[in-house]
Amino acid sequence: MAIYTKEEARRIMEKALSFSTADACEINMNGNESGNIRYARNTVSTSGHRSNQTLVVQSNFGQKSGVATIDEFDDASLKKVVERSEELAKLAPENPEFMPPLGPQAYDDSITYSEATASITPEYRAEVAASSINPAAAKDVTSAGFLNDSSGFSAMLNSNGLFAYNKSTNVNFTVTMRTNDGTGSGWVTRDFNDVSKFDAVEASNVAIDKAIMSREAKAIEPGKYTVILEPAASIGLLQNMFGSINARTADEGRSFMSKEGGGTKLGEKIVDERINVWSDPLHPDVPTPTWNGQGQPLKKMKWIENGVVKNLAYSRYWAKQKGVDPVPFPPNAIMDGGNASLEDLIKSTRKGILVTRLWYIRGVDPQTLLYTGLTRDGTFYIENGRIKHPVKNFRFNESPIIMLNNLEELGQQVRINGNLIPYMKVRDFTFTSLSDAV
Amino acid sequence: MKRRDFIQYAGLGTGALMVPSLLMGSNIPAEALLNPGLDVTTKKLLADVALNTAKSAGATYADARIGRYLNQFVFTRENKVQNVQNTESFGIGIRVIANGTWGFASTNNVTEDGIKKATMQAVAIAKANSKIQKDPVKLAPVQSHGEVSWKTPIKKDFKNVPVSEKVDLLLSANAAAMENGANFVNSALFMVNEQKYFASTEGSYIDQDVHRIWPTFGVTAIDRSAGKFKSRSALSAPMGLGYEYMDGLDSEKIEGPAGLIGYRNSYDIIEDATAAAKQAKEMLNAKSVDAGKYDLVLDPNHLGLTIHESVGHPLELDRVLGYEANYAGTSFATLDKWKSGDFKYGSDIVNLVADKTQVGSLGAVGYDDEGVKTKKWDLVRNGILKNYQAIRDQVHMIDQNESHGCCYAQSWNDVQFQRMPNVSLEPGKEKYNIHDMIKDVEKGIYIAGRGSYSIDQQRYNFQFGGTVFYEIKNGKIEGMLNDVAYQSNTQEFWNSCVKICDKDDYRIFGSFFDGKGQPSQVSAVSHGSSTTRFKDVNVINTGRTI
Repeated sequence: MAIYTKEEARRIMEKALSFSTADACEINMNGNESGNIRYARNTVSTSGHRSNQTLVVQSNFGQKSGVATIDEFDDASLKKVVERSEELAKLAPENPEFMPPLGPQAYDDSITYSEATASITPEYRAEVAASSINPAAAKDVTSAGFLNDSSGFSAMLNSNGLFAYNKSTNVNFTVTMRTNDGTGSGWVTRDFNDVSKFDAVEASNVAIDKAIMSREAKAIEPGKYTVILEPAASIGLLQNMFGSINARTADEGRSFMSKEGGGTKLGEKIVDERINVWSDPLHPDVPTPTWNGQGQPLKKMKWIENGVVKNLAYSRYWAKQKGVDPVPFPPNAIMDGGNASLEDLIKSTRKGILVTRLWYIRGVDPQTLLYTGLTRDGTFYIENGRIKHPVKNFRFNESPIIMLNNLEELGQQVRINGNLIPYMKVRDFTFTSLSDAV
Repeated sequence: MKRRDFIQYAGLGTGALMVPSLLMGSNIPAEALLNPGLDVTTKKLLADVALNTAKSAGATYADARIGRYLNQFVFTRENKVQNVQNTESFGIGIRVIANGTWGFASTNNVTEDGIKKATMQAVAIAKANSKIQKDPVKLAPVQSHGEVSWKTPIKKDFKNVPVSEKVDLLLSANAAAMENGANFVNSALFMVNEQKYFASTEGSYIDQDVHRIWPTFGVTAIDRSAGKFKSRSALSAPMGLGYEYMDGLDSEKIEGPAGLIGYRNSYDIIEDATAAAKQAKEMLNAKSVDAGKYDLVLDPNHLGLTIHESVGHPLELDRVLGYEANYAGTSFATLDKWKSGDFKYGSDIVNLVADKTQVGSLGAVGYDDEGVKTKKWDLVRNGILKNYQAIRDQVHMIDQNESHGCCYAQSWNDVQFQRMPNVSLEPGKEKYNIHDMIKDVEKGIYIAGRGSYSIDQQRYNFQFGGTVFYEIKNGKIEGMLNDVAYQSNTQEFWNSCVKICDKDDYRIFGSFFDGKGQPSQVSAVSHGSSTTRFKDVNVINTGRTI
């Protein structure tokens, strides 16, 4: 079993630390049990189970670091791995950006672990597959899906007295449903820490309905359209934006957050004033560990407030250079929404496009955060408050900054990839060409 | 690990310090890379434990892969070494067929006991899954090879080159970039050695020693007053070569337009970093492209990715059949189009070949990961779709009885499956060089290097950028362009192919981290071509103001 309790992990890491002769030593330990099932063509194709456990030792002599890993935790192995990290450190070049390990920290108790998820069985995974395959087959639809569940722990101990421990579980599910005539395709994704919140039948039916609804799509001219983006559609663009709020690249002049004439956009309004984005490791719908890989405590943090950039992320090294406090990268993104349901947003739309999902998103210009990609698995034309017909997929070229400046309305929030993102209606979203892909 | 994440590492963002241990194994001292590992006799004995255990437990087929994967990665920025990683991963993967169903298990406990246990687990998984299997696995026959070996034909093993020499080379390239106007530069060297031993109940015992190398960098120039920045990445290619790729031999250079240098089987990183800094600065004030139709002249270091996305992926048989529908997608190149015998994939001069034997390529091996001797075959001949990429348990679905030999697993820990072989465009038969491609173009753009790329899930509609763009007017290079991307449809694009340089211009492009499958696995693959011209392609302007 690769999951160790807080006490077991601490005992093993303290034993390893007792062998250290370096100036500083930091030990990370983690273990994970995961299971998966994959299906396609309405039958199971592969399934598997993985168990991993690792102990990583980083030793430092001055600014020289060496890292060694091991997956056995008896005393002889622990001694060996510490010695190896020290040998490597002595041979390593000096790293002028080296930061010494942190001292003891206080962390909140996390809410990332669910016994229900940790207890998933192969039989449960097979049932999930059947929840897609059986209703699909009954409706002349072919399903292809993947369920992955994991349960694990992470722990950290260093020679300056820091100790951290966390246990977490996750379940991720996606399924693609394609009509057997090849003209319709639907998709759904769900992710949770606690599998008891997951309803495989409900999720599979959403994808089946979308597949059937999207049959025989009509081509309409590419151009600028009002769009309703489901959270699964906007998340790809938003995550790329959130991932770029790095103070160092902004200060260096090579980020969309860099300003003309030098400096950064910290404190400036960059998007519509209704946009509020924050991170919170203790949010009950999207919990994360309460500390990061550097041992820094993670707290609720505002990133964009009323459209204004409130914080940029500072690594410990860059914060020291700039004389500010370090700001850890956000572990999740929570974007404030409104009360409108998807149906409400459709009802209030005179002419627009409903987008289920954006796919194959790639950066085009880091200066403007321009991205390209395509709609997929359910794209519909809305006229006078209702879905009129499916449309052929589009290629888009759009920047999340422009998108969030063209905001019309925010709807209810949905958990997506560990984040909480609202449905949103946006005007003038740029579609540049049509795709024949279904 | 998704492909995009790897690209982020490869693109050398600020987080390019650690490559995830998932792929890497344990950190070891550089000297330990030189340990010989197990000898062939021991490996055969251990593999036989797996094969015999599987047969006794009721398997009708079994294969065992004992893998030792050695990596060395060096990362630098400007005048600093950021990280040097040496890693080793060692273990065995056992795949069996029982009750007509696949089962797989792996272990890093490469002892008789450990192997027996993993083999029994693989058989148990196969038997359990057979209850929901619709059609039993059908394997194409394969020749028994006996005891054989194969080695990438390298001249210099990276493991014998001191780390300090590699660090010095990268820091010299960084210095060259900084001296020529770069504000920032990150550089890296990725070096891989896969030591793979394969044995199967078909009577093959195959020992292979596979080498790959990838030098790369990203140079950034900044205009702070205008708040603008531009980057130029390396025009190197990841290759199936040894450290001799870093020699920078003049004989392997091809002089291109606008002073660009193309590199064949030897790369001059200092020369390229110097050029990159100058070009990144030039980009800051280059003209923004006017959207419209252009003739495109595409350098092999750019066209390779277009081939990868628009030919390599759509002709993977598992995608065509729907096995990848929930992840990478399916394919427009459906079986009915192939069966028609006249599906016009490209113009008459378009010949696209799959090849697992090409010297210097990333995909070159003697035998694939299910013991099939590798070969070369036609995918598109004279513009007509001829074949797919398929392995032993797939070829019967396209009425063929010989595997194409393109089965691969990223490590001993992962099950092998169909992966893209090298897919390349054959050079033109007429004698043309790069300058011949440009001289009769009235309105065109010359593109070199990889850039942004995106294609739909059935591989119809794509959009590609590049590293550098030059305007062609009335047969001459006019100057650098910014904000260029071309959008097309795969079939339309390849049918607009009008002229291809001859074999003297042929070069290999590659990708270290092609992703596929759930859970995802990466594989390294090359795409060769000569400079090629396409007529009237739609170019968009990607410039925006935020």
